[in-house]
Amino acid sequence: MAGSRMQLELSRVVHGTARLGVLKGLGSTGQHSLDVPCCLLYTHFGTVPHLTQDTLHTISSLPFVTQVALSHVAEHQDVLEEFKDGLKKFAGLRDTALFCSLHDPAAPCPTGYTTNKTVSVWGSGGRIDMSVAKFMALQKVVQPDWYQSMADGETWQINASRKRVRKSVDRTLAHLDECLLLHQKSQELDRVSMFGVVEGGDILEERVRSARETAKRPVAGFCLDGFQSGAMDPTLRIQLISAVTKELPEDKPRLLQGVGRPDEVLECVEAGVDLFEGFFPFQATERGCALCFSFNVSPDPERAGGTQTDLDEEQHTAGETQPNGDLNCDDQTQMTCFEMNLRDKRYQDDFRPLVEGCGCYCCKNHQRAYVHHLLVTNELLAGVLLMIHNTSHYQSFFHSLREALAGDKLDLLKKRVLGGSCQLADGINVDNSKRNDRD
Amino acid sequence: MAAATVRGVDRNTSESLMSLKKAVTAASPLALRIVAECPVTKARACDLALPHWTVSTPVFMPVGTQGTLKGITADQLESLGCQICLGNTYHLGMRPGPDLIERANGLHGFMNWKRNLLTDSGGFQMVSLVELSEVTEEGVKFKSPYDGKEILLSPEKSISIQNSLGSDIMMQLDDVVSSTVKGPRVEEAMHRSIRWLDRCIAANKHPDRQNLFAIIQGGLDAQLRKACLNEMTQRDVPGFAIGGLSGGEEKDDFWRMVTLSTDYLPREKPRYLMGVGYAVDLVVCVALGCDMFDCVFPTRTARFGSALVPWGSLQVKQKQYAKDFQPIDPDCQCPTCKRHSRAYLHALFKSDTAAMHHVTIHNISYQLTLMRSVRQSIVDGRFPEFIRTFMKRMFPSPDQYPGWAMEALASVNVALD
Ligand SMILES: [Zn+2]
Ligand SMILES: [Zn+2]
Repeated sequence: MAGSRMQLELSRVVHGTARLGVLKGLGSTGQHSLDVPCCLLYTHFGTVPHLTQDTLHTISSLPFVTQVALSHVAEHQDVLEEFKDGLKKFAGLRDTALFCSLHDPAAPCPTGYTTNKTVSVWGSGGRIDMSVAKFMALQKVVQPDWYQSMADGETWQINASRKRVRKSVDRTLAHLDECLLLHQKSQELDRVSMFGVVEGGDILEERVRSARETAKRPVAGFCLDGFQSGAMDPTLRIQLISAVTKELPEDKPRLLQGVGRPDEVLECVEAGVDLFEGFFPFQATERGCALCFSFNVSPDPERAGGTQTDLDEEQHTAGETQPNGDLNCDDQTQMTCFEMNLRDKRYQDDFRPLVEGCGCYCCKNHQRAYVHHLLVTNELLAGVLLMIHNTSHYQSFFHSLREALAGDKLDLLKKRVLGGSCQLADGINVDNSKRNDRD
Repeated sequence: MAAATVRGVDRNTSESLMSLKKAVTAASPLALRIVAECPVTKARACDLALPHWTVSTPVFMPVGTQGTLKGITADQLESLGCQICLGNTYHLGMRPGPDLIERANGLHGFMNWKRNLLTDSGGFQMVSLVELSEVTEEGVKFKSPYDGKEILLSPEKSISIQNSLGSDIMMQLDDVVSSTVKGPRVEEAMHRSIRWLDRCIAANKHPDRQNLFAIIQGGLDAQLRKACLNEMTQRDVPGFAIGGLSGGEEKDDFWRMVTLSTDYLPREKPRYLMGVGYAVDLVVCVALGCDMFDCVFPTRTARFGSALVPWGSLQVKQKQYAKDFQPIDPDCQCPTCKRHSRAYLHALFKSDTAAMHHVTIHNISYQLTLMRSVRQSIVDGRFPEFIRTFMKRMFPSPDQYPGWAMEALASVNVALD
């Protein structure tokens, strides 16, 4: 871990595997930290979707880490090379640490374009082929505080064969070794942390092998790839994540990629995950929805999470309009029971804030009727206001999650989050038998 | 994010305005105090007290068609120093409708905008956006593009909607004729607009808190304009708009009609030149005596990546800016220029709509800053000098100065070198 100062201090472990702690040593001087479990700030090329710095900073207590995907960055490599001072400065980001992931968790990534030596990312100008050399050259110009190594993560597809899964684990380890070599040789990346990537599709032995092998390398932490919502049966996913985290060292952080639904976040935290990508509020925003699930475990009724009765009613009605929303795991863009669809006509004369008691700029200043109007008239402000509320709501949920871990209230939190008509994702009947006939 | 963040903008606390505010509440919902008049041109700087805020003129009013300003929050708009913005009666009357807005405590409450609002009559949109609209003495008849129902927008109906919206300034319904049309139709429209003005005045349910402005018509015919001015200035309205221009007519005709109008409009009432927003037009028309302007151009063009700058405009999406690490305008104090480079905005246009918001903020800031500089130069008695400096910066060389602008400025005693 040449030069990396990232350090995880656990303060509590609940139910054997759910971890509460602080990730220290972040920022240019290492004086910043991140309370975990936590989600990173999701961006498009350094910009939280729809938001300017003014609107973003109406949100209190943003996480100290901003995420950017290499898929957004790659096409601007020559620009960043000429700029020389890294993406943070280029994007006008101040007082934040930067994590550079390979893919955008909210953008589809077509499969079939990886080789032994390369992976592909998809930017606005189409596909960009990436070797380890190019990948590392990009990291040098991005100058993140922290990045993931190059990985072959194509095996999330249901029908990936055991052979293909094995190959992805091997390739990812080979990429990691190459990345580490170049990382250690590079002066520019001297104080930068690298995370290794755990692959292995839905095959337990491959997941365990990938975790064990990656843990042997000098990485600062781990990305758990290939678990994105919709790609895998939820029960199996939790089993695999638990198996993986068991193999990983206690003192290094684990970032789960592609999972964002609040119920899934809770389960994955229980399975030993520390960090999430914050794309879920963005997805809700894009479908014209406001997050409205409750998460209040604080004894003080003034605290975040809104009025219980109102939210229960909301969740109930949201469930009515989307009876299958929860069962449809194939489509990440589908509305979930954690949100309300403000396009719905019922909100056209609803003069309440999006969530009663929410302290965000949108809820303090605007009403559901106004946001509804902005949505039906296709006004850009709809995205701005929803993104403010959704980001704020989601961050408050993580705050509440940490509070619950600290105060032995995880079960209460689960009850709150799943309340109303919302069905647990693992309540779905799962047929694991088809897996074996693939070899 | 308070209004006071823009230096020199928040003048509402000064004591000199207290009496003005009293005047507003006591008699009519509008009071105009002339702060300075240019000794050379017809330009003037005024404090225009309206129910929600006192506006420093000359003023540019950004257009928020559907009760929102193109991705900018009310707080952002306020911190840019905007004191008054527009809403469109046609759009808002259709969606979400006057009843709903009234229940939301008017357009101010609906969009949570604490300063002034001006609403148009809806007539212009109807004639320009809706096919098969038909104008009779009763009003404008048209088919709703949403449900196909036949709707009549009469002067009474327009005022009723604007009363529901609760705007600080309402516009009369006028009979809009394209400025390129000639002949008897122009005269008919002028006379009808006068009759409709009287009906609008009679229909206003809130003369104590909503100002109704008359709109001077008469096309490009000086005699008709004069006749219209003569009639309308006899009505007891708190302000006047100069209408029927900026619709594709020759600039030579345009400025002559503007200056003719301001010659006949009363000194003690505000003059609003509708639909004008290009920087050169603004500066020239201030010199011709106009106080208020509106235009969709600065915000519309921003969404295509066109940033307004003292030397014209800058197309952020053009390849030449991909590696240009300066701000849009190094001298600009807006939040966009203080943080972001042309190169970043160029790249961001490929990734996120926030890129549009950045340029929109810059363009609104450009317009408002320009008008504040114009005002300050009038107050300081150096407006003619300001014009010369402005023109030099805007055009690469004096032989590129537009002829109409030189002529218009010469007519108010400003010679460009
Ligand atoms: Zn909110
Ligand atoms: Zn600017």
